[in-house]
Amino acid sequence: MPGSNSCATWQMRSWNVSVTDSAPLVKATGIDVSLGGRTILDRVDLSVSRGQVVTLIGPNGAGKTTLVRVMLGLLKPDAGRVERMRGITIGYMPQKLQVPENLPLTVQRFLRLACDREAAACEQVIEELGIAHLLRQPMQNLSGGEHQRVLLARALLREPDLLVLDEPVQGVDVTGQSELYALIGRIRDKYHCGVLMISHDLHLVMATTDDVLCLNGHVCCSGHPESVSRHPAYLELFGSKVADNLAVYTHHHDHDHDIHGNIIEKPEHDHG
Amino acid sequence: MDDFLLRALAAGIGVALVAAPLGVFVVWRRMAYFGDTLAHSALLGVALGFLLGISLNVAVVSISLLIALMLLALQNRKQLATDTLLGILAHSALSVGLVVMAFQQDVRVDLMGYLFGDILAVTIPDLLWVWGGGVLVLMLLAIIWQQLLAITVHEELAQVEGVPVLRTRLLFMLMIAMVIAVSMKIVGVLLITSMMIIPAAAARRFSSTPEQMAVVAAVIGMVAVGLGLAGSWFQDTPAGPSIVVSAALLFLAVQLVPSRR
Repeated sequence: MPGSNSCATWQMRSWNVSVTDSAPLVKATGIDVSLGGRTILDRVDLSVSRGQVVTLIGPNGAGKTTLVRVMLGLLKPDAGRVERMRGITIGYMPQKLQVPENLPLTVQRFLRLACDREAAACEQVIEELGIAHLLRQPMQNLSGGEHQRVLLARALLREPDLLVLDEPVQGVDVTGQSELYALIGRIRDKYHCGVLMISHDLHLVMATTDDVLCLNGHVCCSGHPESVSRHPAYLELFGSKVADNLAVYTHHHDHDHDIHGNIIEKPEHDHG
Repeated sequence: MDDFLLRALAAGIGVALVAAPLGVFVVWRRMAYFGDTLAHSALLGVALGFLLGISLNVAVVSISLLIALMLLALQNRKQLATDTLLGILAHSALSVGLVVMAFQQDVRVDLMGYLFGDILAVTIPDLLWVWGGGVLVLMLLAIIWQQLLAITVHEELAQVEGVPVLRTRLLFMLMIAMVIAVSMKIVGVLLITSMMIIPAAAARRFSSTPEQMAVVAAVIGMVAVGLGLAGSWFQDTPAGPSIVVSAALLFLAVQLVPSRR
């Protein structure tokens, strides 16, 4: 919804001055994108620095994926500029990846498409994500949660400076979702990379993310997750119902589950 | 065995060897109709080759690439679905080719030969074209195999990971165009796509890696060439179509094998 930029001025805290080193890994300024006459992004600013987790939230059609594609250089914005630090490696986890049914591809082979790193380095990532038992499986046989962890593994195998995750928990059940977010947080701590991710649920990512950008064509509000969750623009966008659900979701936060362990997967493949 | 039969076998095996590994990508990338379109436009290449007095192989490759680029440009306008665009391009190119040929009354063209192939009339230079072009295409394919596989799995992910997507796609189109050009005289423009697709489709059930599928497809293609030529020799059936019939029968036979999974 273009127009009504009043809430954009309501920034409680500038999101690009958080716990970070030096210059941003990627920085976008004044991004405008319109597709087919419809404004998708309206003067959006965003930057991600090393060690920082930035989460984009917003309703369907808010331009989250479009913004990510602009940041990755896959889409040229109509106006504005994107600066990426020279020589950085980006690990990308796309929203939808469906291997053609008639292409025989095991998980192992899929991971090797990312790079031909020596076995030891690969094993570490595979161990970390708990996918060792899946390596010989065809990609088409994976459940939703397994699929997402394999995609994340492929992004990590590149030893990225910047990790870009487009809805990393889709098709994963609620227990698995908080596990996956916890894992992303650990990855950031361990590899000290920047993380830019899209999520549909602020409260699930709250523990993981440093900064939140609430997007609806323009930047509605941004800042620390706690402050965004109380922000009038956020409440207006998502309604108070979402705020009421807070209790349910924080309940899941409080539990500590093992990533390798009993994640109950949904039986159906849900790539949607 | 007669010389012409040996030449036919050598040419057919050459075509099968190169068409199959490209064919698996055509199948994975859902480009069957695209291959067909390039094949149809090859006839326009033949007509223009005669008109301009240049090598037919060069003319066919050039026209195929031109059609491929036109398709890319039209696709970017996003006004019509790709299959509609392919239908327009395929049949317009074929018809323009036939019209251009009709204007050249001093040139006598064996139209049926180009449409359905004339494998029993293969000459030594034809054989050199098939094997020379085939080896070149296979070498190129081996070089870009990994990149082509990466963009087949997910184009944008591959691009972020540093794969030159556009270059790889163009090279793939170039390779298809080259295969069509060199195998036109063997199986004909109307049947060449079947040599890419049918062995690849038949190979799926026996493969657990992409490379395995390419190799199995090549073997199935070669068996189909052998069977088709045998049928043609003993029953006097048209050679090109007999090869395709054999490939189709092999595909059907494979479907009857119980699944391992």
